Amino acid sequence: MHHVVLDRWSRGRSFLHHRDARAKVLALLAFLIIVATTPPGSNAAAAGYGAFLLAAALLAGLPAGGVLWRGAVVLPFSAAFAAMSLFAGDNIRAIALLEKSYLSALAVVIVVGTTPMPELLRGLESLGVPRFLLLVVQFLYRYLFVISEQAQHMRVAAGARGTASTLAVFRRWRLRAAAGAISVLFARSYSRAEGIYRAMAARGFRGHISLLAAKRFRWQDVAFLVASVVVPAAVRIALGAGGGWPR
Amino acid sequence: MAPLIEVKDLRFRYPDGTPALNGIDFRLYLGETVALLGANGSGKTTFVLHLNGILQGEGLVSVCGMQLSKETLPDIRRKVGLVFQEADEQLFMPTVLDDVTFGLLNLGISPEEAATQGREALARVGMEGAGGKAPYHLSAGEKRRVALAGVLVMRPEILILDEPTTYLDPPGQRNLLELLRELPQAKIVVTHSTTLALAVSQRAVFFQKGKIAGEGVTEEIIQRFQWDARQPCRGIHGG
Repeated sequence: MHHVVLDRWSRGRSFLHHRDARAKVLALLAFLIIVATTPPGSNAAAAGYGAFLLAAALLAGLPAGGVLWRGAVVLPFSAAFAAMSLFAGDNIRAIALLEKSYLSALAVVIVVGTTPMPELLRGLESLGVPRFLLLVVQFLYRYLFVISEQAQHMRVAAGARGTASTLAVFRRWRLRAAAGAISVLFARSYSRAEGIYRAMAARGFRGHISLLAAKRFRWQDVAFLVASVVVPAAVRIALGAGGGWPR
Repeated sequence: MAPLIEVKDLRFRYPDGTPALNGIDFRLYLGETVALLGANGSGKTTFVLHLNGILQGEGLVSVCGMQLSKETLPDIRRKVGLVFQEADEQLFMPTVLDDVTFGLLNLGISPEEAATQGREALARVGMEGAGGKAPYHLSAGEKRRVALAGVLVMRPEILILDEPTTYLDPPGQRNLLELLRELPQAKIVVTHSTTLALAVSQRAVFFQKGKIAGEGVTEEIIQRFQWDARQPCRGIHGG
């Protein structure tokens, strides 16, 4: 599963893994802005950004193939918009759409793959992202593991009772069983949510979650942030169709 | 000696009308460990949820001389530490240290002090160095220990453990047993394990259909209610 793989990657020990989450989020934001403002048709700049991201992935010890593959998750969505540009006769914009969305997704995968989710959420919070939104993400991420494990157990239990047959009658039955399993998962999730609330209340929860102090922002983080903004910005100026801003 | 916990004629019905507790009288004294035994659905967990104010039924619940009410709830929750059966439900924060310090931060303790106390509590349950881990990377036994640390860190006077040996292998159960023996708090242990009940409790209370069917020395209660899986079955009562 995507979140399990990314979680495993995020527990690495590279230079990139050790950087403060805030530095990585700010660098990501800068990168996304630089990519978004690169004029369409700047294929050399796109190649430069790609090389920069590939170097970052290698520096972090992430599997290049895995990163490239996971970044492609956005392509079906952006391809729909690219197709519209293509039908409108704007080939350059269609290619730029695909390039930019893919590069942006790659950058997100690298940041998420080098930052454990708790640190990432804490970094986002100290950058001013609303706490409530982050709490929702935190709980979702935390219990995604538990619910996916439950789903896995149910699948194994169903398999153990012979749902592997490919006969049409069994395929129909499997669909019904899957619908039943989803409703069971929902009921279990609901019951678990109640249990979690009880556990929170038992330890004095009164509607507000306080957190431990955030990490210190060190000079290595500053250096990393500066480098991660300067390099793509230099690519943008040098190769981005003469350095002009999009019209 | 005044009891730490006193419950008189406690009654509770679930929202759908199902009666869960039908007039419970119970006392817990300083330093003692009481095992709550009984069939599934007999009301044990529902009962202990009242002792921390999570559920509130009819009747009197008094903790350390304070009658349970909206005003006394924060103090009572500080005095009664509840370790839930499902450790996954108790460990909801992103990292182990965040989770262990959750209760302390709710008490208004500074983040620095909470972190120090949290690390001490983790060391106490043999989980030092696990503070930065995510709860989903822990084994069942480790989760159980961290859940216990999250309650111990609040220095409760009374400790309630709901099925603490669930999902634990025999060495894990042995470690937990040793840990429980070392803890000075008065304890209530909800369990199906007669081994655990005999090892930690002096007194047992047997629940049946939302009532206390009997209480006394743990060994006698186990004998009287045939509550040992090794005993020959002579028509077990439902619950």
